[in-house]
Amino acid sequence: MTLKSEEKQSMSDIDREQWLHMYEQMFKIRAFEEQVNELYQGAKMPGLAHLYIGEEAIAVGVCEALNRDDYITSTHRGHGHCLAKGASVDKMFCELLGREPGYCHGKGGSMHIADQDTGNLGANAIVGGSSAIATGAAFASKRLGNGRVAVCFFGEGALGQGLVYESMNMAQLWKLPVIYVCENNLYNEYTHHSETTAGVMKARAEAFGLMTVEVDGQNVREVHETARRLVERARNGEGPAFILCNTYRYLGHHVGDISREYYRPKEEEMKWRTERDPLKILSGWLVESGMADAGIFEQIESQVSNEVQSAVEYALSAPFPAPEEVTKHVYV
Amino acid sequence: MSTSESNGRELFFGEAIKEALAEELRRDPTVFMLGEDIAEAGTTFKVLNGLVEEFGKERVLDTPISEPGFTGLAVGAAMTGMRPIVDIMFGDFSGLIMDQVANQAAKIHYMSGGKLKVPMVLRTTMGAGRRSAAQHSQSLHAWYSHIPGLKVVVPSTPYDAKGLMKSAIRDDNPVVLLEDKMMYKTVKGPVPEEEYTIPLGVADVKREGTDITLVATSSMIYVALEAAKLLDEVGISAEVVDPRTLVPLDKETLINSVKKTSRAIMIDEGYEQYGVTAELASVIADGAFYYLDAPVKRMGAMNVPIPFSPVLEDLTIPNAKGVFEMAKSLCNK
Repeated sequence: MTLKSEEKQSMSDIDREQWLHMYEQMFKIRAFEEQVNELYQGAKMPGLAHLYIGEEAIAVGVCEALNRDDYITSTHRGHGHCLAKGASVDKMFCELLGREPGYCHGKGGSMHIADQDTGNLGANAIVGGSSAIATGAAFASKRLGNGRVAVCFFGEGALGQGLVYESMNMAQLWKLPVIYVCENNLYNEYTHHSETTAGVMKARAEAFGLMTVEVDGQNVREVHETARRLVERARNGEGPAFILCNTYRYLGHHVGDISREYYRPKEEEMKWRTERDPLKILSGWLVESGMADAGIFEQIESQVSNEVQSAVEYALSAPFPAPEEVTKHVYV
Repeated sequence: MSTSESNGRELFFGEAIKEALAEELRRDPTVFMLGEDIAEAGTTFKVLNGLVEEFGKERVLDTPISEPGFTGLAVGAAMTGMRPIVDIMFGDFSGLIMDQVANQAAKIHYMSGGKLKVPMVLRTTMGAGRRSAAQHSQSLHAWYSHIPGLKVVVPSTPYDAKGLMKSAIRDDNPVVLLEDKMMYKTVKGPVPEEEYTIPLGVADVKREGTDITLVATSSMIYVALEAAKLLDEVGISAEVVDPRTLVPLDKETLINSVKKTSRAIMIDEGYEQYGVTAELASVIADGAFYYLDAPVKRMGAMNVPIPFSPVLEDLTIPNAKGVFEMAKSLCNK
């Protein structure tokens, strides 16, 4: 099954304020990630981080189609999903820096942020590892009749994991309200997907009978429009869906992946940055359609930058967890 | 409540497990079961026969042959308001589900700083002797016991199986309960009609004695009890202690027993190398060192893949004669 273009819902009901809010959310992710990169390069952050810059339209376009109590599961490249679902930047920074006020008291770190207040069932550092968890959350929603939808974010690298297909099979068999969102940023870590993934990506989900849509992952309007329709469909009990979002990871697999020319040319990176940037695509459209003037974006950016700056300062001075924390929460 | 208050009612091991599941399904609407061929087929061992008739196919849910998938689905459902009981037909399939159990279920509460919890039970089987060869006979409870965040239950009697299963289902942590498939229809024992539970983390002295402690798990309890009888005949009084749960482990009961007897053998059906017996032995060596009159000995399954041919398979599992000989030599008799 594929969504026909004429079936796509008109988005005339989405007003200027909502689009500007999405711009703000996308910019917040970018500013957050740029700050994370600086923290790493300044040796202020322990461990690693996998940055989401370039893919912001997917997290925001999808999460803006969800209610606060709908569920998401995320990935090692998960900061964008957490923020888009409503996480606060200060608690995020605290977690990334291993500080007590972080979402997980500093015990999860960059790859394990969970926040049940915003329906975030956790980022997962096993590629594809959360596909069954998201499916289980959808199963519980259906059984408990609470009307919640679960979204499972993963990269195209997860298409190599059998668990993803076991999950899709059960979701379709039992008509579960789950949306699988595949962010195809072209590279499984340092390897182009053409070297790892045979056949047609979309066809893999179609084979299970899932409603399947391929979208331009750089265009938040297209992502959002599709997500809204499929979320509503799932909420109405019409079953799971698969959204294949074509996108690009501007930076390396992780913050330390600086020299990337052995697996992709600089020209390719530059082309995506200049021609396919999700922030520019949205602001350009808003200006062209007369819904906003250029000044508003500077205003949003300066406000968000201040928020991010003060959050990182707060986090850098926040306390580390007490030693007693190490044995807490092993068991309930 | 003790087993003596059962008013004479006796159940097989498998029946006691089914009764625990049925009672908890009745008590709590968020409890449900899922696994391969558990509904009309009642599992390959026919342990769950009748449950689907009472609770329906939604709560006794047949799944595709996708162990990682439905185990992970249970983890997600447990995180969001349900209490799933996963049925993994053979413990040997543990390798298939290990990411979902060890990296997901076991760690989610900790990684989330205590925000999320995973109240699920994973039932699976253990035990050799069924002539099922290397991929359907292993006892892999040590794998689960190694991972912080999981609780591990290895009941030996129908009474214990029922009471521990009910506690496992009510526990807010992921609990793995391993059932020796050879006991389903062979081991019978008293089980009272009245409601009871057994807390996780409390060992049980199955037989009192003064000269040597035999710590045994799951069906190895019967090996130990038989050895104790043989030892009795040569004037050695053996105490048989059943930890019942490996995590949490009731170290105190084990140590106190050995403080009294001064000698100990650990018996377990898992592979001996790096196995449950090694952990138990170290607990005793630490806690009762100054009371020991002999080295702490242990006996696990032989360190070989479990062979098919009955004459070979029987060699790999601890038996009463072997325990008897080892105990006798420890007691210098």
